[in-house]
Amino acid sequence: MANKPFAITLKAGSSLSNLTGSWRTFRPVYLDRLPPCNNACPAGENIQGWLFHAESGDYEQAWRVLVENNPLPAAMGRVCYHPCETACNRAQLDEAVGINSVERFLGDEAIKRGWKFDKPAPATGKKVLVVGAGPSGLSAAYHLARMGHQVEIQEAGPLAGGMMRFGIPKYRLPREVLDAEVQRILDLGVTLKFNTKVENIQQSMQAGGFDAAFLAVGAHIGKRTTIPAGDASHIVDAVSVLRSMEGEDKPMLGRRVVVYGGGNTAIDVARTVKRMGAEPIIVYRRTRDKAPAHDFEIEEALQEGVMIKWLSTIKQAGAGEITVEKMALDDKGFPQPTGEFEKLEADSVVLALGQDVDLSLLQGVPGLEVKDGVVQVNPNMMTGFPGIFAGGDMVPSERTVTVAVGHGKKAARHIDAWLRGATYEAPAKHELADFKNLNTWYYSDAPKTVRPMLDIIRRKTSFDEVQGGLDESNALFEARRCLSCGNCFECDNCYGVCPDNAVIKLGPGNRFRFKYDYCKGCGLCAEECPCGAIKMVAEET
Amino acid sequence: MSFQPVKFYQTGTYTVGNRLLAPDERSVQAGELRSNSINSGHRACQGCGEALGARYAIDAAMAESNGQLISVNATGCLEVFSTPYPESSWQVAWIHSLFGNAPAVATGVAAAMKVKGRSDVRVVAQGGDGGTTDIGFGCLSGMFERNDDVLYICYDNEAYMNTGVQRSSATPPAARTATTMPVGNEPGNVFGQGKNVPEIAMAHGIPYVATATVADLRDLEYKVRKAMKIRGARYIQIFVPCPLGWGTASHDTIRMARLAKESGMFPVFEAEHGEVTGVLKIRKQVPVEEYLQPQKRFAHLFGKHAHPEMIARLQAIADRNIRKYGLLEQGDN
Repeated sequence: MANKPFAITLKAGSSLSNLTGSWRTFRPVYLDRLPPCNNACPAGENIQGWLFHAESGDYEQAWRVLVENNPLPAAMGRVCYHPCETACNRAQLDEAVGINSVERFLGDEAIKRGWKFDKPAPATGKKVLVVGAGPSGLSAAYHLARMGHQVEIQEAGPLAGGMMRFGIPKYRLPREVLDAEVQRILDLGVTLKFNTKVENIQQSMQAGGFDAAFLAVGAHIGKRTTIPAGDASHIVDAVSVLRSMEGEDKPMLGRRVVVYGGGNTAIDVARTVKRMGAEPIIVYRRTRDKAPAHDFEIEEALQEGVMIKWLSTIKQAGAGEITVEKMALDDKGFPQPTGEFEKLEADSVVLALGQDVDLSLLQGVPGLEVKDGVVQVNPNMMTGFPGIFAGGDMVPSERTVTVAVGHGKKAARHIDAWLRGATYEAPAKHELADFKNLNTWYYSDAPKTVRPMLDIIRRKTSFDEVQGGLDESNALFEARRCLSCGNCFECDNCYGVCPDNAVIKLGPGNRFRFKYDYCKGCGLCAEECPCGAIKMVAEET
Repeated sequence: MSFQPVKFYQTGTYTVGNRLLAPDERSVQAGELRSNSINSGHRACQGCGEALGARYAIDAAMAESNGQLISVNATGCLEVFSTPYPESSWQVAWIHSLFGNAPAVATGVAAAMKVKGRSDVRVVAQGGDGGTTDIGFGCLSGMFERNDDVLYICYDNEAYMNTGVQRSSATPPAARTATTMPVGNEPGNVFGQGKNVPEIAMAHGIPYVATATVADLRDLEYKVRKAMKIRGARYIQIFVPCPLGWGTASHDTIRMARLAKESGMFPVFEAEHGEVTGVLKIRKQVPVEEYLQPQKRFAHLFGKHAHPEMIARLQAIADRNIRKYGLLEQGDN
């Protein structure tokens, strides 16, 4: 006491001795929520994760995070129907982030700069046969090869890509892009045998000494329907037309081509023959809003001068003309005949009524179950026969390139586990990052960057790619439109808004930590977190 | 010119920091080396706007003065919750004298520094709205009139919160406090003119006057740093919501400040030598109800015995602010 100034009885101290954390009834915790884009991606891409790196201009790292799940970003950035963008929270603010266009930019950048995949894991000594070099087979081969397995793809056709080559027209997916991405997978040490149709899967496996197989045969057989037709009528199916576009002999369809069907394949065929100088008419029995084709594709087809006759069925096909019957939708939305007929000039009729898979290679395999023309698989993508897995068009699912790529990845994980005598357990999913978890005040307004479209006249006459790509400046802008839903992007808000200095900033890439000794649990950090990466949880009493 | 948000980045500069911004474009609060002028362990309520606003302002002043800062504090919440004897939360040279004399004490400190030849040491005085607009008003006006080299910062939470929510001359009309009519035809504070101290400060013709809120950190830091570059008397009034006195949730403090600004109830502007030189525009205008309804001090305006006419009068006040300061106008600012 004698050493203290006049009237001072206590030693001066810091308020740090007052642990205000004891006031707290709720505590903030950092968490990662599942962004809706990731949740919606059939290929299971970590979209928010790779956009995070693209935002800082580190495109190579972004690409590396992307290809952890999908080895075909340049193809996917062109042909995917991007359910991620449909799910994007930003759509509720202004417009969805152009995820697909950034993906394509990264894919193209990788081709331009010659980026290679990371080296595979040490060899396991296991051999896996992949049947079919389509998106699903390529995806499985890629993942299995990276895990250290020896992979051989046996492909019935003369070229790789499956439906990406023989189903999707060039103006949507230039072949040099596809070739580059396929080659990069083969560079991992994957063997690809062309013109090797697997007739009997068990024999092929035995002959090659394979420990497991992944079947990924595409749906290449066009469905037929019975149309009363005269001898002179010319009826072909859509997949054959698209397939023959890849060969030397282009299909001979005449001037007036009727395409029968309302799916994406019908649109693809119509736009393809338009480019060959013909005049396509699509005949579809229902209305535009009921058509399975994506509306933007219908719109692009109409822009290019494709004619569409809605609510019509083909009754008869003759020489140079067909008879169509007008339909009317009933109360349930099903088309019903009206008895009104009309004649259309038609040099040929192309049937685009869906496709089937050739399942003949499965004959004699015990335990296999085939239902509705597809192979039944368990949740691990394994068929009824142990060691034979299947994915893509062969199994019950939506038939898109993205779904196929997702199947390949999923199957690869289970095949890898199965080869080790284990089972693969997918990590638990985080809770969804809903729009209501965001504090959107903090995001500035930024309209979506629209990709350039080819001139209409060139779209009608050439197979040049219709949709252009982004360049570096606008790809960066587009990436930065990402709200980073549910995942901290180090904006420092929690660190700034805490009235009690109870947040520690751990430095770039390391995010933050709470000082619970002093956190009073006011909840300001959680409320002001733009992306919903903080949650308040009740303290245990 | 008020602070200009950068539009290009994914969050503009509305967030405290951003890993994509160059270090010199980041806020003081985003820095790991900010001075944390009010340290942890202070006894302010959960979600206190004043504790937050004071750290924002004094950290910025510390950054601008290279840590050569003396802070003079009036009596009030800020003083009481930060310095219960013998503890202190302050990590800045700090002095407290009386409720009403902070501007005069600050003048004295500035004079002493001048005598000592320490022109590098800057002086900040700070107080709540009670200590500024009522009790310390005479000293403040004197400090302005003499153009003493002090930056005075008023943390405006619109009542005497520390002593139990009594009305001050900064309390808005219709707000209920412990000392306004609890019932009757027009409960809450009267519709008078109150005391608009930023405008009174402008009337003194001092070099710099500004208002700011805890919801716009970048704007607040810009104004404090600008004020610190100027010599002479300067005044900044910072809007700091009070969860206890307003009856709002502790996590809504920043949202309330944002709504006050976005509704026009609290105009955010700056003025030099008595002339308005910049305003922070309303970004997404909201009706005053959106600001009033979450606050229990305005609860009597809503519900069964609602007072739509009082809400309309408050909206008229907001509209007048919008007109007067051009808060919605597009253009050069």
